Amino acid sequence: MSILVDKNTKVITQGITGKTALFHAKGALDYGTQMVGGTSPGKGGTNVEIQLENGTVAKLPVFNTVREAVDATGATASVIYVPPAFAADAIMEAVDAELELVICITEGIPVLDMVKVKRYMEGKKTRLIGPNCPGVITPDACKIGIMPGYIHTKGHVGVVSRSGTLTYEAVHQLTTRGIGQSTAVGIGGDPVKGSEFIDILKMFNEDPDTYAVIMIGEIGGTAEEEAAEWIKANMTKPVVGFIGGATAPPGKRMGHAGAIISGGKGTAAEKIAKLESCGIKVAPTPAEMGATLVSVLEERGLLEKCITRK
Amino acid sequence: MNIHEYQGKEVLKQYGVSVPEGRVAFTVDEAVEAAKELGTSVVVVKAQIHAGGRGKAGGVKVAKSLDEVRQYASELLGKVLVTHQTGPEGKEVKRLLIEQGCDIKKEYYVGVVVDRSTGRVVMMASEEGGTEIEEVAARTPEKIFKEVIDPVVGLQPFQARRLAFNINIPNELVGKAVQFMTALYNAFVDKDCSIAEINPLVVTGDGNILALDAKLNFDSNALYRHPDIVALRDLDEEDEKEIQASKFDLSYIALDGNIGCMVNGAGLAMATMDIIKYYGGEPANFLDVGGGASKEKVTEAFKIILSDPKVKGIFVNIFGGIMRCDVIAEGVIAAARELGLDRPLVVRLEGTNVELGKKLLNESGLNITAADSMADGAQKIVELVK
Repeated sequence: MSILVDKNTKVITQGITGKTALFHAKGALDYGTQMVGGTSPGKGGTNVEIQLENGTVAKLPVFNTVREAVDATGATASVIYVPPAFAADAIMEAVDAELELVICITEGIPVLDMVKVKRYMEGKKTRLIGPNCPGVITPDACKIGIMPGYIHTKGHVGVVSRSGTLTYEAVHQLTTRGIGQSTAVGIGGDPVKGSEFIDILKMFNEDPDTYAVIMIGEIGGTAEEEAAEWIKANMTKPVVGFIGGATAPPGKRMGHAGAIISGGKGTAAEKIAKLESCGIKVAPTPAEMGATLVSVLEERGLLEKCITRK
Repeated sequence: MNIHEYQGKEVLKQYGVSVPEGRVAFTVDEAVEAAKELGTSVVVVKAQIHAGGRGKAGGVKVAKSLDEVRQYASELLGKVLVTHQTGPEGKEVKRLLIEQGCDIKKEYYVGVVVDRSTGRVVMMASEEGGTEIEEVAARTPEKIFKEVIDPVVGLQPFQARRLAFNINIPNELVGKAVQFMTALYNAFVDKDCSIAEINPLVVTGDGNILALDAKLNFDSNALYRHPDIVALRDLDEEDEKEIQASKFDLSYIALDGNIGCMVNGAGLAMATMDIIKYYGGEPANFLDVGGGASKEKVTEAFKIILSDPKVKGIFVNIFGGIMRCDVIAEGVIAAARELGLDRPLVVRLEGTNVELGKKLLNESGLNITAADSMADGAQKIVELVK
């Protein structure tokens, strides 16, 4: 199984005619994702043609609005590659079209725009992942976002992370050990986001095909601490963690809008201590995320079940 | 983005937030002129740097005559002020705020931030004005009151009243306090602030409510829509390399060590700093070259790292998603050729177009040490700079 996306998920790309959007629409199609169309206001009625690795040419319809795209294609998910000044609006348009899932890749959306988006989304059915995230992938089934597909392999370990490339690092460490992933979710690096750790952990907890989870956090905010408490009270599967930014100086924004130690809060040390105290083993270095998970799987007698690639 | 106290007060004034009358001064003569213009018997001479704790460090002086204004202004201008927020190297004072003195009856704290857990703007207030809010939060958290603001309606008067009553603003001044808080919230939202702190908010002897200090910080993501705020930027307060990096849209933070880092992705960049430290090295910087970086951007990033005399070696750690390993390789090679590679360079590549990237580096003729993994790369660079 998996969470959020599978081989039946039909996706549209908002902002599809942009260079980055096209590059990743191709990546999605090459991977076998059902990318069924896209939007670009003013270019409705045209098509984009994408040359795939297997030699075929995919022809995707372009629509002026998300509503039209959904009505025509039956898509239930959308991925957004729209520039920061317009991205909040793109998210709201997708929510208004009642999509089940919206994944916003865009980095640089003003924080107060996201405050409005969150308010707008209350009571609506759409789940937002991101913004400022690499996307979501269920290996061998569906890839929505910018992650390199080839490093992933199908399996039973869930991955949830605030970082993009650090997630690839973790996935790579798992795959090279023959340990596959059920779904890898990038929740993004912004301070106000659509989904937090707890939201994704709940889904992994309820997914019969996920046997363990790696949680990758970083400095800033208290989401990891809140997740740790939730895990202690509710999680029936082992969780292993890593927290980036132990060496980050306070008061400085380390790339991600949300990666800032402010008012003494949000330090890596605090997060690591909280995770450990809630029974979540934390990898001492980013190079040991895979090894730390393996040791916990061994302890729980789950390693055998989690090796899906010899 | 940070701005000076006097600039913050000017911004807040536009929204109707009451601030003391004041003028900025860049020279001693300007300071004296300003004091004359203000005409009050007591004038405060305040050092303007992008850091708090100026009072305790001797950066705020109360002058009772024009001679004293001249004296304090000469002392402060050009002085390197060291506060608990500047770091031991301190900051040079190049601007002063000359402000009318006021009769302070009581000090309070009011601040506005974005609360991540609720995804809302929150206004906090406390009767413990003048103290660091972190201290109050640690010692007496029950003295901090919060109002969570609904973006649909903004700060409602009943919320501002509740805060004012909770922090014991005198009854006859609650109306003014509500006006003040509402104006502060409007400024925060209108200008896309990330923090707006009034510490202290004062009640004066003649029944006024004033922002005695104002610390405004702005969301960098929103600066594109606030050219007036961007115009307030003081480059003297920023690290030169960080300024250069921002010209090329690179995310760069200067640190104290000697191992330069170039990484794609902020999370991996932070983790790279961490792992260098773990193996006994000291990172010289944080640098996220980003997802869509071009060969030119990568070249610039490399140049900035090489321009730091503290850097004794460089670790390039790339896991390519959007970032293509061949683009990184081309950028590294171009920069190394242009500037001459005179320091050890360890490169670890993985991800999109990795084989092409490795091939380009191998065939470049440059002295590059290849790493098989992040741990391998970190260990190698730490060894090489010893």
